[in-house]
Amino acid sequence: MEKYSIEGTPKTPSINFDLNGGILEVKGRSIPENSIEFYKPLVDALDKYASAAKPATTVNVQLEYFNTSSSKCILDVFKKLEGINKGGSAVTINWHYEEDDEDMLEAGEDYQAIINVPFKMIMVNE
Amino acid sequence: MDVFDIYDKMERNNILLSFKGEITSDLLTSILQIMENKMDNMQEEPKMKKKVYNVLVECLQNLYHHLDEITEVDSEKIRSAIFTIGKMDNKYSIITGNYILNENINGLRNRLDEVNSLSKEELKEYYKKVLNNGEMSLKGGGGLGMIDIARKTGEKLEYNFLEIDNKVSFFTLNIKVSNQQN
Repeated sequence: MEKYSIEGTPKTPSINFDLNGGILEVKGRSIPENSIEFYKPLVDALDKYASAAKPATTVNVQLEYFNTSSSKCILDVFKKLEGINKGGSAVTINWHYEEDDEDMLEAGEDYQAIINVPFKMIMVNE
Repeated sequence: MDVFDIYDKMERNNILLSFKGEITSDLLTSILQIMENKMDNMQEEPKMKKKVYNVLVECLQNLYHHLDEITEVDSEKIRSAIFTIGKMDNKYSIITGNYILNENINGLRNRLDEVNSLSKEELKEYYKKVLNNGEMSLKGGGGLGMIDIARKTGEKLEYNFLEIDNKVSFFTLNIKVSNQQN
């Protein structure tokens, strides 16, 4: 298998998905007008990964901003991860938020309440 | 046109940025960049800066998505919208205005009234419900925008519909962002 990576832009995050290592990293801003189009390749890569998932999968999400259009797509990504977790790969989602960003912490807790995968809330200093 | 009158009104209302015209994706990228720079220059505190930025994204993308709906029906003049961003007494105000088809008014009004009727805790639950079960529209977050704005600002959504003719009205939304929340 391989890697799926894309560079970040002012409106979209960088994505680094190491399918061999079982590590997915999403970092930056996610505020595109059309989020479905942006997240489709990642959802496809997760589908591919699901058929040969590693024993453990680590997901690092470190977003500075995300819009409500992205929030649905991020949920779709997490639902894929929920399936992968059920399928036998131990998934952990590390949700990073900046010290003063209570809204981002709350957003992580919203996902935690919906998705049946272990979440870790990680505070980062600016 | 009395330019001084426009200038004076903007000055008195402490308008930081104002735009009238067609809302494109590139325009939004630029506007967000400008506002971010302005807030940096004003040495806005990071927490406030994030809140304003988040709410601005939702407000402006609302405009962007809804302009599409109306173009199918009417002429070019209707493609344009207006927004202003101001700051007074440590409170930001984001005001948007756009045309809306009269037939869509009731649906929107009901959604806004529903959001306005909810407490902070209820908004959190409502957000999760819509996020998890709501229909994802091809464009936006399927109604999450207004809930998110209300949640992040902790303020009621102030709005108005001004009837223009039997087909369209002008919808204005007035959002306040202050630091008292949370």
